Amino acid sequence: MNTPHFNHRQTAHCESGVMSALLRHHGLDFNEAMVFGLASALSFAYIPLVKMAGMPLIAYRTLPKSIIRRTSRALGLRLQMQKFARPEAGMAALDRALDEGALVGLQTSVYWLPYFPAEMRFHFNAHNLLVYGRDGDDYLISDPVFENVQRCSRQDLQRARFAKGALAAKGLMYCVDAAHMPSESGLDMRGIIRQALLKNARQMLPPVWFAGVRGMGTLAAKIEALPRSTDEAYGKLYLGHIVRMQEEIGTGGAGFRYIYAYFLEQAAERLNAPKLQSCSAEMTAIGDEWRTFASLAVRQCRKPKSSGYAEVAAKLREIATQEEALWREIKRVAADL
Amino acid sequence: MDEKDIPQHGSKIFAGQKKVVYATRNGHYVAGQSSGWDDESFATEQAVQAFDAQTEAAWQAYQAGTHSALYYLMWRYRHDEASLAAATGQFRWQLRRHFRVAVFAKISAKTLAKYAEAFQLTPDEIRQPRHEHTAF
Repeated sequence: MNTPHFNHRQTAHCESGVMSALLRHHGLDFNEAMVFGLASALSFAYIPLVKMAGMPLIAYRTLPKSIIRRTSRALGLRLQMQKFARPEAGMAALDRALDEGALVGLQTSVYWLPYFPAEMRFHFNAHNLLVYGRDGDDYLISDPVFENVQRCSRQDLQRARFAKGALAAKGLMYCVDAAHMPSESGLDMRGIIRQALLKNARQMLPPVWFAGVRGMGTLAAKIEALPRSTDEAYGKLYLGHIVRMQEEIGTGGAGFRYIYAYFLEQAAERLNAPKLQSCSAEMTAIGDEWRTFASLAVRQCRKPKSSGYAEVAAKLREIATQEEALWREIKRVAADL
Repeated sequence: MDEKDIPQHGSKIFAGQKKVVYATRNGHYVAGQSSGWDDESFATEQAVQAFDAQTEAAWQAYQAGTHSALYYLMWRYRHDEASLAAATGQFRWQLRRHFRVAVFAKISAKTLAKYAEAFQLTPDEIRQPRHEHTAF
């Protein structure tokens, strides 16, 4: 029997939440927004070739696992990551790690976790959670998107870890190597934040049509074409899909824009850089525009009108213009840090 | 968004849970909580209803004998062709063949086991599924 107490903290997003909890557990107190920013995780991507449930991939953040990987690299910590061919081996390794007192991160499917509300259970295989102990055949879980800690049976957890399909976790588990944990005083935060900002600005201003601010323009054109290219039912589901990707999947509101604004605010305070505080305020304003965009899209689903798609597309173009200006400003400010 | 403007619409899809939404208080960020936002819930419910409608249509098709039980189970477990193919390690054309009643009646025990694993059902439950609205 091993039922330790765990200082659970709810966050908006699973991956940044897990990473923040792992860091805090090992003495480095960076909240979710800080982790998200240090990982340069803000993004926009519209990839019509990759389909999820018949809908194109629309993402407001970087690829799954990138937050874990990039935070580790930026802060110089070592993560032990393991995947498993056999579920039994994956569960045995988890048990061993827990017996040694480790806090273990897992990648799982959402669909097979019984504690998720039914409406939230879709086949998404890149959810992240922490296991902090075991009580007989029940695992004690700190799932960062839930208010309280959860329990999950061995059978269900194994199923969730080894669900096959797109982004399959293959039992991925990860622990922080406590012996190589950096201390906050040893970190060059100015350099780390500068690099993270510049990387994110490059990501948002790429010379390709499907990503960053240009990707928003491409999606706007697609939205505008919806009434010509598809029936009304598909158009509604399409707009709904965009809103779900922006709000539903634990983005902290406005497709991670509020989280990133919070990071900019903390960066401004840490580095005493008032220009970053202005960038934060502008990012918040842009986040508010994304919320308006979502409301417009849903209004079009509820009460379709012929000019509706064009209005939704126009709002998206407006946001793309604002984001482009802001990212150019962030690039300038970061270069001077 | 100001902390006071975080929507608290008591969305039923949250099943009583609240989620974290970031907002400002006097211009500085705090982690707030939301019990739901109507616009967001609408998008979620619309997607769930689309799946439920597909599931019901698939049940009718299974009952009418135009499609196999597998076709119904795919929708009931919130899969589509692409995700079920990936989850069972098969090609989509293989799945589509198995949607045919005559072909599905003769699939091997090995193939049936792949479906059994993907749905967490016994082979018998796959051959003759019960009519349930959702998998939960």
